Amino acid sequence: MTSYEKVLASRGKNRLTAISYIENLITDFVELHGDRRYGDDSAIITGLGLLGGKPVTVVGIEKGTETAEKIKHNFGAAHPEGYRKALRQFKLAEKFNRPVICFVDTSGAFCGIDAEERGQGQAIAENLAELMTLKVPVISIIIGEGGSGGAIALAVADEVWMLSNAYYSVISPESCATILWKDVNKAEDAANALKITADDLYSFGIIEKICEEPQDFTIEEDREKFFNQLSIELQIKLNELKNIDTDLLLDNRYNKFRKIGKYEENSGFNMSKLNTLYRML
Amino acid sequence: MELKTLFKFAPNKLEGEENTLVRKKTFVNCTSCGNDILKKDIKDALYICNVCNYYYKISARKRIMLLTDDDSFYEFDKDFRSTNILGFPEYDEKLNKAYEKTKENEAVITGKAKIDDIECCIFAMETNFIMASMGAVVGDKITRIFEYATENNLPVIGIIASGGARMQEGIISLMQMAKVSGAVKKHSDAGNFYLSLLTHPTTGGVEASFAMLGDVIIAEPGALVGFAGPRVIEQTLRKKLPENFQRAEEVLKCGFIDDIVDRVEQREYISKMLKYNRKA
Repeated sequence: MTSYEKVLASRGKNRLTAISYIENLITDFVELHGDRRYGDDSAIITGLGLLGGKPVTVVGIEKGTETAEKIKHNFGAAHPEGYRKALRQFKLAEKFNRPVICFVDTSGAFCGIDAEERGQGQAIAENLAELMTLKVPVISIIIGEGGSGGAIALAVADEVWMLSNAYYSVISPESCATILWKDVNKAEDAANALKITADDLYSFGIIEKICEEPQDFTIEEDREKFFNQLSIELQIKLNELKNIDTDLLLDNRYNKFRKIGKYEENSGFNMSKLNTLYRML
Repeated sequence: MELKTLFKFAPNKLEGEENTLVRKKTFVNCTSCGNDILKKDIKDALYICNVCNYYYKISARKRIMLLTDDDSFYEFDKDFRSTNILGFPEYDEKLNKAYEKTKENEAVITGKAKIDDIECCIFAMETNFIMASMGAVVGDKITRIFEYATENNLPVIGIIASGGARMQEGIISLMQMAKVSGAVKKHSDAGNFYLSLLTHPTTGGVEASFAMLGDVIIAEPGALVGFAGPRVIEQTLRKKLPENFQRAEEVLKCGFIDDIVDRVEQREYISKMLKYNRKA
């Protein structure tokens, strides 16, 4: 599949949304509503449940499958109160020392007057900062679309995984093509140039794992196999992360992002010279 | 002979082209109100039109000079230049144009300075450099200044403007949002002060990360502050936006900034904030 075919697949009709992941991976799920500040954003579902018998906090961006459901969940485009609802659950997870799993699937944070007036940028910024120092393990999985700021607001995690046909990008290929070449039909070129597939991101060291998805999610047997595998991998990883000392866990998380796009000596600039300079100051 | 004719106004003697030339040297035509204004007056008024109060864009370097004590600014990492990490089409040309236009190596200038004798770290973003968009180098330089400030217990002053994340660096630019926000959080958790000054325009991934994380956030009058750009919102909603939408004055009403501070008062305001918010 080409990059753009993957983009289309990630938005595909039969693609599973966050609710399916919760249903198939989490037992005894209890949904918790509202951000305690403004309202309850149905684009983001938050709650508690058990994974392999152990309590976890779950946050998922839900797109909806049928038309009525899609409208109800605002097509997975969250408002600030959605990000604040997630933050409330992150803090609750920290208080009761349980890990967080996020399912990310959005074309982007909602773009509209009310979202701006309620501080879309502020809500995203706060999540980025708070997730970076949240004292419990966090795993985020990009299950479909990883649309820019609206996606990363739930993906500052110890491990970021991606489904094999998901994409994760700073801008949608369509918008990129429109801005650069004033031609939405060049989205395919934009998708290639932006390097947005799971393989690309894995090669950059931005994600830790690619979850191979079945050819067809509608085949029950394949779907079951996929979720069994994912459940086991999540349990193993959470167990591993749980055993890491909190300070080290947070250092690792910070350093993982710290090294992305780190300035290297690519123009003959000497880092050690710089460090001596700093010491002299 | 009358005294008046003896002291005839010199420019009157200049005709045609010569006259225009002199005028061009001494006056500028305000882009907002259309009046001719003495260049010197504009400069003295910190690049604000003295007729219509329009705020002209000023370069990042000049911003730092206007806010800091004379000769106190020491620049960090000034040689850092971007590379075309993804091999993105037309990016190299864009960078070259930006170098030429701004004589800067990247869209942010970072360093250490004093404001009324108080030591601080400061950074300023240059909108003439690819709309001050944030790629790896911008993200890295700002992260480094926050790390330096954390290590040395210094406050940070950020003079912000940006079109958002730099598309040409794809996912790497998106990740800078998390990277810088993490560095800001650590600086804050260590009890240090950070003031962000939002100038026109502050949008996208920059607004949705370190711009909105200041302990105190102020904006220049009329500055556009928002996550999604107004044109994108208009296209999405297919309707015209209210006139003041996303302007600093509206953002203040919505409760997302502490105040709007005129350019002439910024230095004093920041100095005061540095004094009030010293690390305990």
